[in-house]
Amino acid sequence: MSAVGNPLVSRGRRARRRKLTGQIMEVLATAAALLAAAALAIVIITVAKRAAPALNVDFFTQNAAPFGGAGGGIENAIVGTLIITGIATAIALPAGVLLAIFNTEFAPRRLADLISLTLNVLAGVPTIVIGVFIFALVVVGRGQSAFAGSLGLSIVMLPLVARASEEVLRLVPSHLREGGMALGATRARTVITVILPTAIGGIVTATIVAVARAAGETAPLLFTTSIFVGTAVNTDPSQAMASIPMVIFSYSESPDPHAQQQAWAAALVLVAVVLVGSIAGRLLSLRTRRQIEQVR
Amino acid sequence: MTTETPTSHIPLSARRRWRLGDVLLQGIAGAAALGLAALMVLLVVEVVGQAHAALSEFGLGFLHTSVWNTVKDTYGALDLIFGTLVTAAVALLIAVPLAIAIGLFLSELAPRALRTPVGTMVELLAAIPSVVLGLWGILVLGPFLNEHVEPFMIAHLGFVPFLDGFPSPVGLLPACLILTLMVVPIVASISRELFTSVPGELKQGALALGATRWEMVRGVAMPQVSGGLVAAVMLGFGRAVGEAIAVTQVIGGSLTRPDSIYAPADTMASRLAAQYAGTATSLQKSSLAYLAVILLVISLLTNVAAQVIVRRIQRRLGHR
Repeated sequence: MSAVGNPLVSRGRRARRRKLTGQIMEVLATAAALLAAAALAIVIITVAKRAAPALNVDFFTQNAAPFGGAGGGIENAIVGTLIITGIATAIALPAGVLLAIFNTEFAPRRLADLISLTLNVLAGVPTIVIGVFIFALVVVGRGQSAFAGSLGLSIVMLPLVARASEEVLRLVPSHLREGGMALGATRARTVITVILPTAIGGIVTATIVAVARAAGETAPLLFTTSIFVGTAVNTDPSQAMASIPMVIFSYSESPDPHAQQQAWAAALVLVAVVLVGSIAGRLLSLRTRRQIEQVR
Repeated sequence: MTTETPTSHIPLSARRRWRLGDVLLQGIAGAAALGLAALMVLLVVEVVGQAHAALSEFGLGFLHTSVWNTVKDTYGALDLIFGTLVTAAVALLIAVPLAIAIGLFLSELAPRALRTPVGTMVELLAAIPSVVLGLWGILVLGPFLNEHVEPFMIAHLGFVPFLDGFPSPVGLLPACLILTLMVVPIVASISRELFTSVPGELKQGALALGATRWEMVRGVAMPQVSGGLVAAVMLGFGRAVGEAIAVTQVIGGSLTRPDSIYAPADTMASRLAAQYAGTATSLQKSSLAYLAVILLVISLLTNVAAQVIVRRIQRRLGHR
């Protein structure tokens, strides 16, 4: 194109420069990806290394030593996280699946769009604001409780469950739906006997991912289930409960090296749960997709 | 798969039961949808309700007053808005180019064998709980920056106004970097999807005309997805502004405006996390709720705007 100077020479130089620019950009992009992977590896390896000295049977079966001495564990926090997350799942799972069913089976297109938009917006609300909301709604006047924490977590989980369930319900091939209808089954019967069983794998996956995410959330618990007396295991959800994220949060700001070690160990437990959940979710979702495609 | 008998063979009572079930299912599912709407309304009403006292006491002046004084019981958000914007902006400045590059790597460059593992690792970065990143930030990253990175930056970049100062293990810089780690996976996974969605014939056309891969990306793919990238950046901004836990762990919770990027500071979300549970006065609690209202408004605006952009792109691609 350019006719400046000797076209052959300048063309060769330009071609070389273009190629070089391209190569530099490709190297940079590869480096960026490796950097992100390295960041993940560094965080996980640090957590595992620093957690190792504190990880023993006591850590899982004992409660915090009185007055923050050495030894002891976080049994109460593990039980707390299981119960709080369990109740949150019991709220978010049916609500999320029902929303997905409404969106795919009953709602006119515009309404379905509006609901998806609302779910996405809800997913973007900062979790600390959800904490303030639940505080205002439940905690004011009644005091903290594990149940209040569960409500907060269920709001975090709801968009995750609903969006992923909707996606998998939409994957169910329409000939199955039409087949059910053609046999004279009602919509409800088609949904319950044909569509949900086909999509169940995807719903389970969505739930696993949402549970993993919720188990690691701190902000919705901060104002709702953080103040409690004693360190014993508590199984009454009307009282405030300890939880793994809150243990990490409060110990991380402690100058006591023993407490810090416990925080690292608790972090390792949490990271393990979250990573196993996320990876299992990924693998399962691939499998579900493949199965549904086979039905197709 | 299904071996259902036609309904005509089912006794009438059963058929009626299922018709009733139809109404019931639609009713319950519809109730869930109404519940969602009610939840959103309630969320706004309750949070604004908590902030009512501060809203009527300070009005919009809250946004441009920098005092946060529990003794005189007077509050303003200016320093917190400053801290929030600086941390989010620096995090985005680092994260966005990185994330777009990762998106490009995963969609265009990576050999098939690397694509899944690297993609999974980037997504798992988003799955690490923020409290764990904060723990790492306060006990590992902060001290490391304080000893090695910040003295180096002060010595070599100290002539730039905000980059001169004294090293500190807690402060803006570790907060920016932790937020970067949180924003990268969000923007990277969206840009990966965007680049994958660019029609192959466009990419191949550019390559066939003799463009290098980078020229194809810059000249053909980028213009196709630029709108989507803007939406991705907005979502990343919303995430960075709203993160409370990890930031409060590493930023130092300072009550004064920082004079350098190394100094302790505070953000709106972080102040909320640090003080809301134990306030001295009801006006302080209400002022903290005012911060929650600001965060809520920012998250609503960024998310709705990002959605609108994404829908427009989807519609465009759908019409093709």
